[in-house]
Amino acid sequence: MRIVVILKQVPDLVEEFEVNQDGSDIDREYLTLLLNEFDNHALEEALLIKDATGAGVDVVGLDDSGIDQSLYSALAKGADRAIKLTGLDTSSGWVDTHARAAMFAGWLRGETFDLVLTGVQAADDLDGQLAPILGSMLDLAQVSVVVGVHVADVHVADGVSAEQEFAGGVVATLAVTTPAVIGVQAARQPPRYVPIAKIRQVQQAGGIEQVAIAAPSVGAGLAVRRMYSPEQTSHAEMLTGSDAEVAEKMIELIRSRGLLK
Amino acid sequence: MVNDVVVIAEHAGGALTDTTFELLGKARQLADDWGGQAIAVLVGDAALATQLGAAGLVVTVDGPGFVEYTSDSYLDAVMAAIGDRAPRLVMLSTTTAGLDLAGAMSVRWDAPLVSSVVAVVAEGDAVVATSQIYGGKIMAECVITADRALVAVIAGSFPSGAGHRDGAPDVEALVPSAQGAARVVFRSRAEPAAGDVDITAVDVLVAVGRGIGSKDDIELVQEFAEAIGAPVAASRPVVDAGWLPKTRQVGKSGLKVKPRAYIMFGISGAPEHLEGMRDAELIIACNTDAKAPIFDVAHYGTTVDLFDLLPELTEKAGG
Ligand SMILES: Cc1cc2nc3c(=O)[nH]c(=O)nc-3n(C[C@H](O)[C@H](O)[C@H](O)COP(=O)(O)OP(=O)(O)OC[C@H]3O[C@@H](n4cnc5c(N)ncnc54)[C@H](O)[C@@H]3O)c2cc1C
Repeated sequence: MRIVVILKQVPDLVEEFEVNQDGSDIDREYLTLLLNEFDNHALEEALLIKDATGAGVDVVGLDDSGIDQSLYSALAKGADRAIKLTGLDTSSGWVDTHARAAMFAGWLRGETFDLVLTGVQAADDLDGQLAPILGSMLDLAQVSVVVGVHVADVHVADGVSAEQEFAGGVVATLAVTTPAVIGVQAARQPPRYVPIAKIRQVQQAGGIEQVAIAAPSVGAGLAVRRMYSPEQTSHAEMLTGSDAEVAEKMIELIRSRGLLK
Repeated sequence: MVNDVVVIAEHAGGALTDTTFELLGKARQLADDWGGQAIAVLVGDAALATQLGAAGLVVTVDGPGFVEYTSDSYLDAVMAAIGDRAPRLVMLSTTTAGLDLAGAMSVRWDAPLVSSVVAVVAEGDAVVATSQIYGGKIMAECVITADRALVAVIAGSFPSGAGHRDGAPDVEALVPSAQGAARVVFRSRAEPAAGDVDITAVDVLVAVGRGIGSKDDIELVQEFAEAIGAPVAASRPVVDAGWLPKTRQVGKSGLKVKPRAYIMFGISGAPEHLEGMRDAELIIACNTDAKAPIFDVAHYGTTVDLFDLLPELTEKAGG
């Protein structure tokens, strides 16, 4: 079995976001980029399948700034190959999901694989999520919001079983014909940790393969007219003072409502 | 171009979902602006069509293959329902089914899609959809001038009232054409296990998010919660990390709670979390990021570090 995991980096959401001068994108000058947390779960799920069955795991990303770091880290965690697709100019910043998906579809059409796993969503998915868009471009079965993929299920002859999560934590178990594209919400267990020293080691050995793909001619078909920080229509009343004073005010808010047991 | 607006209806446990009515109310308004009609597409459980009175037309697709939702067969069904109707706009929610279907439809139907939408307006012939991205920190106003468009809307963005209307919409029952073997087959469903405490049934909840940083420090939150006699709830990452059980998760894929007080530490306020708690009577948020989206929803807030605040709170609550 061969599993392809698609990775992308997104800005660290804890940081402050500014909109650029013409309001067309966020200001990317000082952003810290991190692996999309849901992609990290997709990678973990693939590695769990590898641990159990010996499946091959390839990680792939577009040639975005910073992606090498995520690819090397995946190799250090146990991925077999890392591939970077070049050909799409990502230097100006945000690239829509449809263009990304078209790049991955362009590569996957020439590859043999059983599963494509990627994060259920990313923080900058303005024009939709990668898994369903890519799945449809390749005309493969696709399932989103998955919280577990099992390959050694006796009930599924030519596929895998996947657990899809719905509102309120209801989970449906599905038989999915492979090859399939799956959007992972959470791996069966928390993503594994890999020491920095090990990533450095892998990095020194190199080993990211580059594959050139023709840039797609179609895009998302929408124009971003304006980006802005949400107007604070209503804002919390901020409690001020020393730590002890803030704590006192909070307790008082609860106590005054008769809610302190 | 036909100026109709299609809503992909959703149902669970034999009832239409709230988001279906939220979309339908908005669809009627947009269809009125454009001089078209609101059309609901209902796959499975065709009997629910009578409750979609706010639509001018309900297209149903039902049969043995549609008893349970699966991405593959429902996608075929909604595409068949749209057929050559050529609506101006198709609306879905960012639910599980919505996430499956919206992206797939945008490819199959060759239509631009805006996701995580919180507002939609008609501007002449164009659709202007505002998307909330980067965890709720940035709004992106998108203009679609193509003759067709899709939006996936965050739950709670529109009032559901306008979608609840008595009426006798025309119903068109579509007989699905014989399909090949389904690539996604439903096997079974599991409800979440009941927990030791029911966080939906208490007056006060103390909630903890990823800002707590480690499993060991959950104890700090637990001590305060104990001091005020409240259980501890959590955001999804805390549950995914295995720091607290799933039965404590608040939000879209967790539980919806409406306590009299919801006191939260280190939670950013992502739309998926807000979906589960925004109706709490009193919301107090502690977050070191003054720009965290949670402060747009909370009634009271503080940017004091939770590690400094919690010990003070525990002490004062105990005293
Ligand atoms: C389909 C789907 C369903 C989902 N369902 C849910 C759901 O049911 N529930 C849910 O919660 N999420 C859900 N999510 C995830 C959601 O998108 C967010 O990722 C999640 O809510 C973020 O959790 P958080 O606020 O704890 O973490 P973060 O967004 O990482 O926020 C942590 C916050 O802690 C603050 N902080 C850090 N250190 C401190 C400190 N020392 N003192 C005070 N504050 C500090 C930071 O400023 C930051 O704002 C879902 C996602 C998807 C795609």
